[in-house]
Amino acid sequence: MGFGPSVVCSINLNTTLSPEQRARYQDPDVIRHLLDTCRTIAMVGLSADRQKASYFVASYLRYEGYRIIPVNPRGGEILGEQVYPDLRSIADRVDLVDVFRPASECPSIVDQAIAIHAKAVWTQLRIVDFEAAEKALAAGLKVVMDKCVKMEHGRYGGSLHWAGMNTEIITARKPLRLR
Amino acid sequence: MGTDNKRTFGFETRMLHAGHIPDAVVGARAVPIYQTTSYVFNDADYAAQLFELKQYGNIYTRISNPTTAVFEERIASLENGTGAVAVASGMAAQFVTFMTLLAPGDEIVASAQLYGGSVTQLTHTLKKLSVTVRYVDPTQVDNWAKAIAPKTKALYGETVGNPRGSVLDLEALADLAKVHRIPLIVDNTFGTPYLCRPIDWGASIVVHSATKFIGGHGNSIGGVVIDSGTFDYGRFPTIADPSPSYHGLRFYDTFGHYGFLMKVRAETVRDTGACISPMNSFLLLQGLETLSLRMERHVANALAVARFLHNHPRVASVSYAGLPDHPDHERATKYLPKGPGAVFAFDLKPGAGDPREAGRKFIESLQLFSHLANVGDARSLVIHPASTTHQQLSDEELRLGGVSPTMIRLSIGLETLEDLLWDLDQALSAVSI
Repeated sequence: MGFGPSVVCSINLNTTLSPEQRARYQDPDVIRHLLDTCRTIAMVGLSADRQKASYFVASYLRYEGYRIIPVNPRGGEILGEQVYPDLRSIADRVDLVDVFRPASECPSIVDQAIAIHAKAVWTQLRIVDFEAAEKALAAGLKVVMDKCVKMEHGRYGGSLHWAGMNTEIITARKPLRLR
Repeated sequence: MGTDNKRTFGFETRMLHAGHIPDAVVGARAVPIYQTTSYVFNDADYAAQLFELKQYGNIYTRISNPTTAVFEERIASLENGTGAVAVASGMAAQFVTFMTLLAPGDEIVASAQLYGGSVTQLTHTLKKLSVTVRYVDPTQVDNWAKAIAPKTKALYGETVGNPRGSVLDLEALADLAKVHRIPLIVDNTFGTPYLCRPIDWGASIVVHSATKFIGGHGNSIGGVVIDSGTFDYGRFPTIADPSPSYHGLRFYDTFGHYGFLMKVRAETVRDTGACISPMNSFLLLQGLETLSLRMERHVANALAVARFLHNHPRVASVSYAGLPDHPDHERATKYLPKGPGAVFAFDLKPGAGDPREAGRKFIESLQLFSHLANVGDARSLVIHPASTTHQQLSDEELRLGGVSPTMIRLSIGLETLEDLLWDLDQALSAVSI
């Protein structure tokens, strides 16, 4: 996916972070790299409720070709995938850990993400813990905070545009042909 | 790629490029006109997800359309909003905004100096939906504060009021709205995002009649709703509560700062059918691409015409906030530093005869100004509000709205300035004093 080497405005809407923090935790290059290279996403706090935001994100990303691994102590099955109680219990390799839990749980989630050698930790809108983010960065993981994976995928993939939303993507270049 | 990859582009660049990436197959440089009612689904699963709002995509042009999406994203970018929904007209933009935000029993506080059509929509049509409007003299923020009641759900005004040219104190009103946790909705039709961006001053929602300066050509009717994305709808029942028409979906919880616009599109526009035609979206885009150039000339001509009228012996007064004697001149300098638009009113000097007759004679004598019910055209326009646009209003509403029987409203176009002055001068001479 994506628009190749096109220039993109740094998005600055709807975040609680300062410009300096945005540069560190919402870098468009990092976001696009993660969306392009991650294939397996562990969603911590994914709900089985079809009308919950996390379920919307999961079903969207699954349709876009990502494998979703649900993490929720309630167990069971979501979107046809086995639900794991925590990150450490997941047998397969996890590329991205997507966090749908309150900021207070971030330190423990980051510790687990480091332990399972995930490539990156991404916290959804309004979930901010700088200490946990720095710990993940120090361990070599990439970090995105206070952003929605679905919204960012929709921005760069173009689908958010169909809903009339401001993607802040400006380019006169033709996009790469989609796979 | 480095820092060059995170450039924030300027207004004119976004006017020409925002919202349109040449498509991967054809590479058409102009925005294609998708004159289609409906869209073939990728597969059954995708179709189901579209209907559940789990995917962003096109189902039916009553709800969304690829040509319209370019117009929506472009205007959202220019207004510094998070997104936009384009609709059939400016009146529809205003209506779908209220329909989405309000429930029966709710109230709004609105400026008394609104377009006459807006006043009738708010007073009479919203009343049928059990919504009450309190009008205030918009010039003092205290008037707004006093009118806010427990059931007040929004504040509504025009950046530059119609037709007396009063300028909203956007920053103070946005602060007031924040204290009461209600959105400030601003009609920026007369301002255009080139002259003023209400979201930058704290407004939550902006609406436009795109028919006016955005199109500029006067050939298409259209409207648009832009959301700042900054208002917290967490405790705003119509946006936050489970929606009975989407299996209990909570729009604000699920779509975050896109929640209001998603609800406007997927519920209100879907159900009211106030959609814009793709052809009109295309024509409005053609206008948008030259907005900055046109507005510079509009305000330059408007100021010169206002000064000319101000000094004319047969003119009693000129209500243009660009003139230093206008009560809102200082406010205009703050909020519209490039100029307070190109629509304003003036009063003929009262003569011996019937003041309404003087107005009629003046308009009948003009050769270059078109007498019609529109503003914001590239051509100069004229109208006598008391007998046309504001005709349905009572005397009391007229007085509150600042409309007098001798008042003439002008929309200054892009013609040669000297020709406009010549026309006004010869028509003023034809009015007997």
